[in-house]
Amino acid sequence: MSLIYLSAAELSAKLGSGEVSSVEATQAHLDRITAVDGDVHAFLHINAEALKTAADVDARRAAGEQLGELAGVPIAIKDVLCTIGMPSTAGSRILEGWIPPYDATVVSRLRAANLIPLGKTNMDEFAMGSSTEHSAYGPTHNPWDLERIPGGSGGGSAAAVAAFEAPIALGSDTGGSIRQPAAVTGSVGVKPTYGSVSRYGAIALASSLDQVGPVSRTVLDSALVHDIIGGHDPRDSTSLKDTWPSFAAAARAGATAESLKGLRVGVVKQLDAPGFQDGVKLRFHESLAMMEEAGAEIVEVSAPNFEYAVAAYYLILPAEASSNLARFDSVRFGLRVNPAGGGTVEDVMAATRGAGFGAEVKRRIILGTYALSAGYYDEYYGSAQKVRTLIQRDFDAAFAQVDVLVSPSAPTTAFKLGEKIDDPLAMYLNDVTTIPANLAGIPGMGLPIGLAPEDGLPVGLQIMAPARADDRLYKLGATLERMLEEKWGHTLLSQAPNLTPTEMFAASEGAV
Amino acid sequence: MAKAELMDFDKALELFEPVLGFEVHVELNTKTKMFSDAPNFFGGEPNTNITPLDLGLPGSLPVVNEQAVRYSISLGLALGCSIAESSRFARKNYYYPDTPKNYQISQFDEPIAYDGNVEVELADGRKFQISIERAHMEEDAGKLTHIGGSTGRIQGADYSLVDYNRAGVPLVEIVTNMIFGAEKDAPELAKAYVSAIRDIVVSLGISDAKMERGNLRCDANISLSPRGSGKLGTRTETKNVNSLRSVERAIRYEIQRQAAILAKGGTILQETRHWHEDTGVTSAGRPKSDADDYRYFPEPDLLPVVPGAELIEQLRLALPEAPAIRRRRLKEAWSFTDLEFQDVLNSGLLVEVEETVAAGASAQSARKWWTGEIARLANIAGVDASTLVSPLHVSELIALIESGDLTDRLARQVLEGVVAGEGAPHEVVDARGLKVVSDDGALIAAIDEALAAQPDVLAKIRDGKVQAAGAVIGAVMKAMRGSADAARVRELVLERAAVTE
Repeated sequence: MSLIYLSAAELSAKLGSGEVSSVEATQAHLDRITAVDGDVHAFLHINAEALKTAADVDARRAAGEQLGELAGVPIAIKDVLCTIGMPSTAGSRILEGWIPPYDATVVSRLRAANLIPLGKTNMDEFAMGSSTEHSAYGPTHNPWDLERIPGGSGGGSAAAVAAFEAPIALGSDTGGSIRQPAAVTGSVGVKPTYGSVSRYGAIALASSLDQVGPVSRTVLDSALVHDIIGGHDPRDSTSLKDTWPSFAAAARAGATAESLKGLRVGVVKQLDAPGFQDGVKLRFHESLAMMEEAGAEIVEVSAPNFEYAVAAYYLILPAEASSNLARFDSVRFGLRVNPAGGGTVEDVMAATRGAGFGAEVKRRIILGTYALSAGYYDEYYGSAQKVRTLIQRDFDAAFAQVDVLVSPSAPTTAFKLGEKIDDPLAMYLNDVTTIPANLAGIPGMGLPIGLAPEDGLPVGLQIMAPARADDRLYKLGATLERMLEEKWGHTLLSQAPNLTPTEMFAASEGAV
Repeated sequence: MAKAELMDFDKALELFEPVLGFEVHVELNTKTKMFSDAPNFFGGEPNTNITPLDLGLPGSLPVVNEQAVRYSISLGLALGCSIAESSRFARKNYYYPDTPKNYQISQFDEPIAYDGNVEVELADGRKFQISIERAHMEEDAGKLTHIGGSTGRIQGADYSLVDYNRAGVPLVEIVTNMIFGAEKDAPELAKAYVSAIRDIVVSLGISDAKMERGNLRCDANISLSPRGSGKLGTRTETKNVNSLRSVERAIRYEIQRQAAILAKGGTILQETRHWHEDTGVTSAGRPKSDADDYRYFPEPDLLPVVPGAELIEQLRLALPEAPAIRRRRLKEAWSFTDLEFQDVLNSGLLVEVEETVAAGASAQSARKWWTGEIARLANIAGVDASTLVSPLHVSELIALIESGDLTDRLARQVLEGVVAGEGAPHEVVDARGLKVVSDDGALIAAIDEALAAQPDVLAKIRDGKVQAAGAVIGAVMKAMRGSADAARVRELVLERAAVTE
């Protein structure tokens, strides 16, 4: 069985027993990237040091050193995260070739836990988008259908795990950038509680919404990654000082749970909307039935203010982004474009930003600048913050009644590349299900619950829990994953079409 | 810089009422910067005291310096301000290459301190109350050096260099409410106000407070209101005022400049103006309108600052005595004349004199030694007097004089020894053998010898011309190389003259 089809947990067991070396595992994934990434384009950069790092981990293991659970396991890293020795562009031309002098805290934690960074994954420029079509380096393609989007902004990380180019990856989620790509690629992704994972070294889109999280093919793998990257970081002032339970333990408990008896599952009326794709609604309601059958109590809850979530989000996000992106001015790092005939520093800044930013980034900078302007601040930014408070209250009221909330992860399955690129509003509405969790700072998980009958593409379920109760996501997620795979008799991703003729045999053999 | 047309100062005051307002920036002397752990040290190799945050690198995040918060609260309390239970940082957005993030982290609608009052005393003893609107925390910008062009300003420069060592240095900005009624004292009041702020931050020990180094910077706002109009004029904001003297001069200049323009029916442009110390004029900076839009919004990377009532109370109890009150108290306790006290203040030796007195010396002696011999030595060495010798040693020196162990002349030699690092005064006395000779035997021998050498003097003394003894006393003192008590020598000379045959 090829190493690339193993989950991170399975691979780490083989690494631990000495059956497989990290060099072999890393090489297998690098080979896979070579074979398929020309089509998928999940990666922007491959780590030239990966095999060397893997050999080092093997040597230390051979010397008897006690290593962490995921030591020697390869991982892909979203390009929004700063990495020493690897370019970190956030998908933007303005940072082309920029190599940070420091690691993001999550990256240094991965390195300390001896994971092997495989490379940097593609994304919408500065995480602005739902399709990766806004990457300055060309879109990523959905492994289920190369004509379709892999979601965004973290389409690269989701596609990398879905295409078996990496067992696990890091993503970042500002309004759904982990959960929506998970939904449309049939993978798992978690946006942790705001403040539970450090943002230090994550190139900021909207500081009050951004959160780094795991991307994987199994619930347990996400939990294992979350355990490594989570926890207080004094370099991030918004980082929570809580001590966290083991999410891997929660996932393992969930995977062996006999039933869901006593669990109160809330269905947000406003996120079970008539406009959603039929196949999405079908699979969602099937999963509700499955949970009910397993003993869960399904409760309909109302969140009346969710109606305003997208509007509020598209004021708060651009406002913060317009300020966060001001530093890209050519003075200290990144691209510099000198206007013809020279000019003042303002001329150079303007020329650089004009050439370095893509259309969607400019659109949001303009929007945000406007929303913060004197005379408009109260009406736009101020009102949006009020909506945010109301949405938090909706969640508080809902969680007074139920343990978790569920909804479809996204209104539709993967749409075609180019389909919504000229219609920003339609693109924005794709995040209607995921945005409320970011506005409230609560955790959310996306996991696959089947294929839509009409197009044969993955459908995702979103589970949301109260702030700090991320363990509930892993517990319920692992239970559902087990039940679904027992019902199907295979994993969902094993149904993905083979990407290359040479890989066909291995894929059908290895996935079941 | 061409001098603008100026109106006579008294004439200007006849026609207009000056309205003032000040923004004073105080650089805090914390170990590290406001939001990063880079050393708070400006100087040295450019761009060395920096972290990713101080360059605004992508992904970097600010963390609030707690010491800076404590200093800001202390300053707020010393300014008589209320301290906010919760205050917030905000981003002030504007593009300028000395601002690495292209926004400054400052405070906007929720400053840490607000509604204060500072009492300012003019030279003639009159007191003014300056109402403080707010004091808020923020970070300093980097330093631009403009190369090429004639003025050293950005206009006309070929290129500019940026040093981010200063970027992120903690600042407190103190903003006054509008100040009315200063009238012809406006220039002096301005100087007195900035001086009062300097005294306060020095007494708190929270800033090096050196205006010439930019630790304390004053932006002076001034406008003229035509008498009887009841209307405020358009203000200018004068920057780059780097000494107390310049504050006074700049205000005077702006009053005269604005008055000349207004009297001719002209209008004042709302703008920043740069003070030129060398030529004593201000020149136009950038236009500044109330419509400047910094797009402030709460800094999402930082939590609100909630110091807690306990910390505020603790800092309040730890506040030193207000400088103005302290000065009044000391002047009275020491019974100094205005001139004597001013002498101490102008030498910047108030603390040294106070500590010397506390160590047991008399106030007059402490003042005399510090502002006299010690200041003279410091002047020669080109250092601060306070670095030469400790108040404790000065007090010991004075005690040795008062006990008769040292003469003033000997004490100056002992001081030299102390300054040279030879130890405490008594150690120098021992090592150099400088003690006043009180062994009458040695003195009598010297006196007899001197009397024998000058028989004419002896005769005069015996004739009752006691003042003639001076010549013998001088000879004895010379023979003893100063280490004798002149009064005792005189006594003994008269005694020996009487018995010598």
